Amino acid sequence: MSAKSHGFPWNLLVGYILSIVLTLLAVFIAFNTDFSNNIIIWVIGILALFQAIIQLFMFMHVTEGKEGIINVINMVNSLILALIIIFGSIWVLTSGHASMH
Amino acid sequence: MSWDEFFVTGDPLILASQIGIGLTMVGLIALITYLKRWKWLWSEWFTTVDHKKIGIMYVLAGVLMFFRGGVDGLLMKAQTSRPELDILDAQHYDEIFTTHGVIMILFMAMPLLIGIMNVVIPLQIGARDVAFPKLNAFSFWIFFAGAMLFNLSFVIGGSPDAGWTSYFPLAGKEFTPGVGNNYYALSLQIAGIGTLATGINFVVTIIKMRAPGMSWMKLPIFTWSAFITNIIIVAAFPILTVALLFMTLDRLFGTHFFTVAAGGDPMLWLNLFWLWGHPEVYIVVLPAFGMFSEVIATFARKNLYGYKSMVYAIAGIAFLSMLVWVHHFYTMGNSAAVNSIFSLTTMMIAIPTGVKIFNWLFTLRKGRIQFTTSMLWSLAFIPCFTIGGVTGVMLAMAAADYQYHNTMFLVAHFHYVLIPGVVFAVFAALYYWWPKMFGFKLNEKIGKWHFWLFVIGFNLTFMPMFFVGLDGMSRRMYTYAESTGWGAWLGFSAIGSLVMAAGFAALCYNIYWSFRYASRDVGNDPWNARTLEWSTASPAPHYNFAVVPEVETLDDFWYKKKKGETGLKKADLKPVHMPSNSWTPIVLAGAFGLVGFFLVFEWIPLAIIAAVGIVIGLVANTFDYDDGYHIPVDELEEEEREWRGDLE
Repeated sequence: MSAKSHGFPWNLLVGYILSIVLTLLAVFIAFNTDFSNNIIIWVIGILALFQAIIQLFMFMHVTEGKEGIINVINMVNSLILALIIIFGSIWVLTSGHASMH
Repeated sequence: MSWDEFFVTGDPLILASQIGIGLTMVGLIALITYLKRWKWLWSEWFTTVDHKKIGIMYVLAGVLMFFRGGVDGLLMKAQTSRPELDILDAQHYDEIFTTHGVIMILFMAMPLLIGIMNVVIPLQIGARDVAFPKLNAFSFWIFFAGAMLFNLSFVIGGSPDAGWTSYFPLAGKEFTPGVGNNYYALSLQIAGIGTLATGINFVVTIIKMRAPGMSWMKLPIFTWSAFITNIIIVAAFPILTVALLFMTLDRLFGTHFFTVAAGGDPMLWLNLFWLWGHPEVYIVVLPAFGMFSEVIATFARKNLYGYKSMVYAIAGIAFLSMLVWVHHFYTMGNSAAVNSIFSLTTMMIAIPTGVKIFNWLFTLRKGRIQFTTSMLWSLAFIPCFTIGGVTGVMLAMAAADYQYHNTMFLVAHFHYVLIPGVVFAVFAALYYWWPKMFGFKLNEKIGKWHFWLFVIGFNLTFMPMFFVGLDGMSRRMYTYAESTGWGAWLGFSAIGSLVMAAGFAALCYNIYWSFRYASRDVGNDPWNARTLEWSTASPAPHYNFAVVPEVETLDDFWYKKKKGETGLKKADLKPVHMPSNSWTPIVLAGAFGLVGFFLVFEWIPLAIIAAVGIVIGLVANTFDYDDGYHIPVDELEEEEREWRGDLE
């Protein structure tokens, strides 16, 4: 890395603070509110989505660089994997005898 | 924990090992000091960022761990060789099968494969190093810190004993209160950071640093398999990270992710473990497929049959690898729909794998086959692995699996997949690429002893386990009654394991013999091979290529040799930019290891202090403005003349 700087990394700082705030918000909603479990899960799920978007733009520089097609493949791949992991797990753990406890 | 529990006591076997480890360490330190090698070790190895040296260190660590894991295996075989033996008690047996599994998968297979990838990939794609050389050094050292932390459990605190899968609720604090499973959670976590970093590093290296002209369909097949492997690493290892974090929180801080009490779900651990664990199988076996492909093409004197279908097969396996995890726990009591779907996806994996087997066979067809040691490993792999694959399809059928599940049949199956698939591949690769690493070949005659002893021993060891498994012997049984009638099979199997150990000893002797006596005059291309790594000197110079090669076709070096275009023009030489050594990776990894050790014993204040060391290391690293250095043309010319003679 070169010693030349590109100005103060505001982007990173804002992203960092936003990530912490969103995480604390999720903790607060889970522990300190009286919403039903269903609502809590939806709210923290949406917060997680915001967090992912912040990561993509503030840290992973999704708008920079020339690799348009590689970025698209990457994101589609991650999305498929995330869907498999989340919905696969829910399906496996809530069907059959495993759910009867 | 009181101090008298700190060291593991009360077992003569472990006491002997403790004394042995102590003496070996004192001896090593004394020897290095006597030979005045500390400075050399530090500047040439500990701080190096050279991918070839890092690769060699990975291989060395992998062979050492192979020895440790192998001794575990031999002890298990000795214990079960006759009915009702008491060489090991149940507790000790539990610890040994746990450490055997963890070490063989994570600390033997992974470093050996990643080590060979490190040595070979930049050379195969015509690059001078990986994309992030310093991160690469960090990957190695943090893997090493994790491995050492895990091995420490043997003498300090006690080994983990809940199986390499560490299923909850058994692995929870409630049923396994000691520090053993803390070691499991933390050492795997630490080593996993290294693997993840390696994954990112190689994905970027292969996307960004291929030689000019090397488009995707001109990429050597080993690099292709490694590329896809590293994509699976990036996809799957974060799942392990999260699962292990939950395990750590459960065990150290009283959360209830996986406990039965307070709404936790032990099955969530199984689910997450195998969401990582099944892709992990492909992480270790895909690069092995790439290695066999290179070796078979080279020694059949033909280009690889069906190169493109091979690439698609690897990609297909990678995709399916994320869709089969439930086949590890059909018996959990899933709904019929779940088990049927996962049965189907599992059986589908046999299709691309079958494509690959036929590609290898057709590559061999009408080839002028040379029976070198590395070729022998590749040829033995095909039938042995097929036995593993076919028994895998048997296990894939959910209804039948209710019979096979957790029996010795399963154990025999996965050893038939992993030993031919990974260990044979690593041996083939070591014999094949050894000249590129060290500048001399391993002895072929001793190599053949190694091969025959190991392959025969392997079949003798694991074939009987299919039969006792079908006869109802479950895995992880530390002893059995004489009336079961398994004594003969398992005695046979124990003898086989000794033959296999003799094979490993032959490898060690081969390395020793070849270091001392083998001819150093092997040239740059001892096997008359096809890919770019053979176009540069053996051992490869630290800058890899004096001039970055231009690639026109697949197997470019083969065609350049035919056209006589392998020479080097003096006018093409330009100064080469290289990265500088760095001390931050090893120091940072040491801090991670220390944090892990303190957390194992739940000494939280000490862990926090050590964690400050990590932060300081990271901050110091961001102020490292070292731009590397340039190798002047004179020096390049001198080094190239040494093996090429005159330049054009």
